[in-house]
Amino acid sequence: MINGISIYEILTLTTIIFFIGVYGFLTRKNLITMLLSIELILNASAINFVVINTYLFPENLQGVIFSIFVVAVAAAETALAVAIIINLYKLVASVEVEDTEIMKF
Amino acid sequence: MVFFAIKAVSSRKMLRAVIYLLFVLIGISGIYFLVDYTFMAAVQLAVYAGGVIVLIIFSVLLVHHIELRLELSSLSQRIVSGILSLVGIGLTLFAIYTYEFSPVENYNSIEVAQIGNLLLSYQEGGFILPFEVISVLLVAVMIGAIVIAKGKKLER
Repeated sequence: MINGISIYEILTLTTIIFFIGVYGFLTRKNLITMLLSIELILNASAINFVVINTYLFPENLQGVIFSIFVVAVAAAETALAVAIIINLYKLVASVEVEDTEIMKF
Repeated sequence: MVFFAIKAVSSRKMLRAVIYLLFVLIGISGIYFLVDYTFMAAVQLAVYAGGVIVLIIFSVLLVHHIELRLELSSLSQRIVSGILSLVGIGLTLFAIYTYEFSPVENYNSIEVAQIGNLLLSYQEGGFILPFEVISVLLVAVMIGAIVIAKGKKLER
């Protein structure tokens, strides 16, 4: 735990970052900036896990290990999303959400 | 960190949004350093600031005209999203502040040996199964990325 900082303050910080990510995801029209908002959401939740673990239950390490999984899944998903976006750009020549409206069938 | 996050979601130039996100991720790694979780702080810096941000910057440079300003959503959409986010923040903060957390005094840092032992242990509370599942996921992601990047022209 951090000396002098209570758990409420860190949880407030992660909540604000999480909802800034949600706002960014709902507002942006570009696929890559939506990806950035998703990264904000995932990182805020990962800090939440670690902070609750080290402040309230220091003997178990479950939150700590789960944050490793969250980072692994987020990195893998970002890599695949970038691959899909570049493939889409070859097809449609744009990365705006409104231009990707036609499905295959 | 909150300032950089707000700038990241509201900037009109794409490369600046990515750089603001880089600052937010470095700040998050700083928080990991403060709770004595040095392993995850280093992993965060290496994976996110080294890997993911570089990947996103490459894709931005490939698909974007750098001097183009991004267009914003319509004002009504932004206001509704802003109100929804504020309601969400209020609800979550209300739930957090009305709960009595009982923090425990704890000054030990988290050892990498402990994490390694937990990840590979078969006993109660071991994490061997999620470990294997993550390995399968990473293999699937690699195969998927290769298939997507290969394209269709090689099949003829």
